[in-house]
Amino acid sequence: MFERTKISLVISVILFAVASWALGHFHVPDSAGKMVTIIEAYAYYYDILIGIGIAIILASSLNLVNGHTGQFSLGHAGFMGLGAYFASMVTLGVQLPLVPYPVFAGAPVWLAALKGIGWALALAVNSLLSLLNTWVGAAHELPHPVQFVAALFVGGLAAALAGLLVGVPSLRLKGDYLAIVTLGFNEIIRVVIQNAEPLGAQRGLGGMPLATNVFWTFSTAALTIYVVWNLVNSTYGRGFVAVRDDEIAAEAMGINTTKYKVLAFATAAFFAGLAGGLYAHFKQFVTPDGFGFMKSVDIVVMVILGGMGSTVGVCVAAALLTILPEMLRLLPQWIEKGGTAALHHLGWLPGNFVVKLPPRIVDLLQNRMILYSLLLIALMLLRPQGLFVGWGRKVVRK
Amino acid sequence: MKPLLLLDNVTVQFGGLKAVSDVTFHLCERELFGLIGPNGAGKTTIFNAITGVYQPAEGRITFDGQSVTGRRPYAITARGIARTFQNIRLFGSMSVFDNVRCACNMHLSHGISHALWRGKGVVTEEREIEGQVMELLGIFGLAAERDWPCRNLPYGDQRRLEIVRALATRPKLLLLDEPAAGMNPTEKVELMKLIRFVQEKFGLAVLLVEHDMKVVMGICERIAVLDYGQKIGEGTPMEIQRNPKVIAAYLGQEAEHA
Repeated sequence: MFERTKISLVISVILFAVASWALGHFHVPDSAGKMVTIIEAYAYYYDILIGIGIAIILASSLNLVNGHTGQFSLGHAGFMGLGAYFASMVTLGVQLPLVPYPVFAGAPVWLAALKGIGWALALAVNSLLSLLNTWVGAAHELPHPVQFVAALFVGGLAAALAGLLVGVPSLRLKGDYLAIVTLGFNEIIRVVIQNAEPLGAQRGLGGMPLATNVFWTFSTAALTIYVVWNLVNSTYGRGFVAVRDDEIAAEAMGINTTKYKVLAFATAAFFAGLAGGLYAHFKQFVTPDGFGFMKSVDIVVMVILGGMGSTVGVCVAAALLTILPEMLRLLPQWIEKGGTAALHHLGWLPGNFVVKLPPRIVDLLQNRMILYSLLLIALMLLRPQGLFVGWGRKVVRK
Repeated sequence: MKPLLLLDNVTVQFGGLKAVSDVTFHLCERELFGLIGPNGAGKTTIFNAITGVYQPAEGRITFDGQSVTGRRPYAITARGIARTFQNIRLFGSMSVFDNVRCACNMHLSHGISHALWRGKGVVTEEREIEGQVMELLGIFGLAAERDWPCRNLPYGDQRRLEIVRALATRPKLLLLDEPAAGMNPTEKVELMKLIRFVQEKFGLAVLLVEHDMKVVMGICERIAVLDYGQKIGEGTPMEIQRNPKVIAAYLGQEAEHA
């Protein structure tokens, strides 16, 4: 009855729960000798850890679209942004202003209908939000797990709906054209948020409760991987890969390519929305600029570097690309410390001399984003097919 | 015999060009039917019209008593028409086994939720599919290569795999688009045996587009000849060989060039 992937999912979720509890409950002395929780003592590393989890969710969900289904989407951050803002609206209780939509006499029927639909949508969202808020209770408090899940879910669903919205019209497009459409969609989302006064517009939205922890982040990541893996490796899900390999042949084999593309878009958007919700409830502050084109490119780079369609590779690349910019921050220190230790060990450095890099070199190394870009170029030149292609691609028998 | 596929005055147009005009023919159940004609006569266009890749500008295509005109390719395949391609179109990144498994997709009783939950029913069904696929691969002598990437197969085997994949959709009619293209004489003889075997074993009707006259004349029960998008003849291989229009279309041309 219990199948291998399901057992792995359950075990990993339990492990993350235990880890999350341990991080928040065990105390260690900090630099001043005071006893604090592990999270407080290693706040910087904890930040990176959660960042890795969120990056894994984003990259492995985008992998379903870009890697497995072969549709080049360049707007994943837009879905993440939608998720972040919708989830925050639920926990903060921000309501959309119910702008009256006057139906002008003499206006064309389609315009009136459009306004009517807009008004009905606003009303529906408003009532849903107020319903959730009465249920969620006062904002600015640590939400109950059920409430947090509800908020994440609203974010995920909003993103999935947007995924459907962008998926359906762009199905006729391929390659570069599709990339441009998704990019445009990403920008639309960003600009709309930028101009939405109730969401803080350009100033950003803050004050969300700190609800995200290792458990939520990595359980969601595990769920994402589980869903993508099972989708792609089942007979049902081979359809995604068939669409990528040869659309005409896929249609001729009875595969509804439209359905598969829309499904891939909506599923990936849903998980991007969850990632956005988690991000918003960790940083406790979001700005529209955080969900722009550059963020989308970051996620695409993770997928390409990990190897399109390789689950393991994409997860490793997501972790690597989150850690790398932070590691490079410490590079000059590491060279000095490591160099000193190594030279002492070899006996080439007398007494208490230490290695000290000239200030000019330190300055140079501090341009970490340039180093980061150079590393990316090097990786792409050395392994254009992706870090781990071949891994995690084995056929699951049974 | 009951007609299985019926093309009724089908016209396919690309802008101002009529690639196929007013073509009418029918196929009976379990019949081996050949479609021949010089280059650019519109054979593959007719194929693409039948399978829904192109929409006919005029005319009707009826399959098994129902109109399939203007339907999407996957819906037509679901009705029971499967095809192979002139230039091999296997799913390049997949194994031999997965290529065939893909074609079982539309017969699945479970949808996305089941694929995600992977309960007992799904696991049993996946096993059944594996059994069916392996049986098919076994019949065509590809069982040993099940986990090979399909690109690594020799050319002839790739062609065969395409036929296996088409058969996995459980069709009533199999369309073969120039299956002998690029084959040597020995492979062609093998292919003729294979097509006859498939037709008998699975009780299919087969529509064959082919350049190679030996293959077409050797196995087809009836043949239609196209030239410049129009049907210029139809009948048994013997009748076709004596048809003056057909001789003009083929030999007349050659005589001019010679």
